[in-house]
Amino acid sequence: MVDIIQNIQGIPLNHYLIFCSVIFAIGVIGVLIRRNVIIIMMSIELMLNSVNLLLAAFSAYYGDASGQVFVFFVMALAAAEVAVGLAIVIMVYRNTKSVDIESLSKLRW
Amino acid sequence: MGAIITLSLLGILVLYLGLYKAKSLLLPVTMLGLVVALGFEISAWNKGVSPIYNGMVLFDNFALAFSILCIVITGLILFLSKEYFRAISNNVAEYYCLILFSLTGALMVCSYHNLAMLFIGIEVMSVALYILVGIRKTDFASNEAALKYFLMGAFSTGFLLFGITLLYGATGTFDITGIKNYLIDNPTALSPLFYGGILLLLVGLLFKVGAAPFHFWTPDVYDGAPILITSYMSTVVKVASFAGFIKLFSYVFSPLQDFWTPILLLIIVITLFVGNITALMQSSFKRMLAYSSISHAGYMLFAIISLGANANSSILTYGFAYSLASVAAFAGLILVKRSHGSDQFVAFDGLGKTNPLLALVITVSMLSLAGIPLTAGFIGKFMLFRSAMADYHIILLALAVVNAAIGVYYYLRVVVHMYFYPSITGEDTVAVPTSFNVVLILTLLLTVLIGIYPNCVISLL
Repeated sequence: MVDIIQNIQGIPLNHYLIFCSVIFAIGVIGVLIRRNVIIIMMSIELMLNSVNLLLAAFSAYYGDASGQVFVFFVMALAAAEVAVGLAIVIMVYRNTKSVDIESLSKLRW
Repeated sequence: MGAIITLSLLGILVLYLGLYKAKSLLLPVTMLGLVVALGFEISAWNKGVSPIYNGMVLFDNFALAFSILCIVITGLILFLSKEYFRAISNNVAEYYCLILFSLTGALMVCSYHNLAMLFIGIEVMSVALYILVGIRKTDFASNEAALKYFLMGAFSTGFLLFGITLLYGATGTFDITGIKNYLIDNPTALSPLFYGGILLLLVGLLFKVGAAPFHFWTPDVYDGAPILITSYMSTVVKVASFAGFIKLFSYVFSPLQDFWTPILLLIIVITLFVGNITALMQSSFKRMLAYSSISHAGYMLFAIISLGANANSSILTYGFAYSLASVAAFAGLILVKRSHGSDQFVAFDGLGKTNPLLALVITVSMLSLAGIPLTAGFIGKFMLFRSAMADYHIILLALAVVNAAIGVYYYLRVVVHMYFYPSITGEDTVAVPTSFNVVLILTLLLTVLIGIYPNCVISLL
């Protein structure tokens, strides 16, 4: 464990920050420009996982376990969210035969 | 804590009742559980001085007052549910169970003392709602609303989490008192991560409360969801999110007020105008209420920028007024839709003649939403505007008053339809079951009571 933490601390914190911000940004852009629901969900997972990585890095740098515990909460809730989300996607697919969000435009003002 | 444990166990119990086909027991057991939870909250009044469970939750009077509001409103909504759920699905137990789980999340959001609890509370509250919104499996609008709500909710969760992570990176703790102490200890040399964290957290929370420019999912979701779920979302979920919001900004980030007040001011102005002007153009009552809930989010944000001593009590009063009026309006909408099959304004034509009581309750709730004196809505708006006045946000106040005037126009449109247009379907009355009558009269009395004697709510906090 000490070994891992030393390895993590061998890379400057700023690198983690930039790396995770880039992954997060890719996730956000993916949600905004892709039209396929499955790919949007993957992009959301990318956002959540960049958060996990950053939490673990901060946690190792501070020598504080609470950041790593938070990662478990994020994982558990992300799993719950995906389970519900995929169920919703299947329900929509049964009615529309499509996973494209353009097919969902019945509700308009 | 008793209330949160009671409600989560109650949810599981209700699922088992559904499994063993004890359908007639569902509503009584749920109501009994809500009363027990309410009892726990009331018995903890004035006792919560320090956070418990390793600083995870804090049951001070602020948290308890908002929890009580959430439980009472959920009780009123569930009381309406008796025939409603049975008409749209065979699996009634799941509705009660999911609403109870969502309520548990709402109570956590009201009483968190650690950002981990805020995150878990928001997620527990929303994940149950994603299912509830799409619970009409074959209804296309319900499907679409569920998918939109899920995608937007998960997206905003990402922002919320990144904000929390950056705050953790700057301060090294998730505890809100720890973060506040960090702010007080380093008034000048704050880590740049902290500013980024506040902004991302703000984006995440504004998504959840449905304030412009992050409001675009609100009308579609509110319109597509079953009416009872819409009423739950626009009252309990919104009030709980605001409780979490105001706790974070008024308690933790208040030393940095100069940084986030201008951003929030801009958001309030956009929210008010977007909500009110689009509400003007609606021909559907349900969609009008959805847009008006956006503008109400704007009014409630007032309390956050003017962090006076009575910011908490004014947002509580506003929450009470808004929730009661919304429940009454949605109850009326359910009845009208059931008998006329439409949620357009024209469906309300002639209701003043055929159903005088129902028309009266809808009128009072509309007056309360518009903020006319002698109703609870007036007191809520008055307190919020007064605290904004004390902070010299004069331009904001002028814009808000213009918006309140626009609001009066579209709220009174349904009143005009009820009293001044002849009924399209002849003289047949809208059938009002007893449970609806009880809820309608209760909301009417409470709205007028808070309007005439506001101290009963204001003095709580």
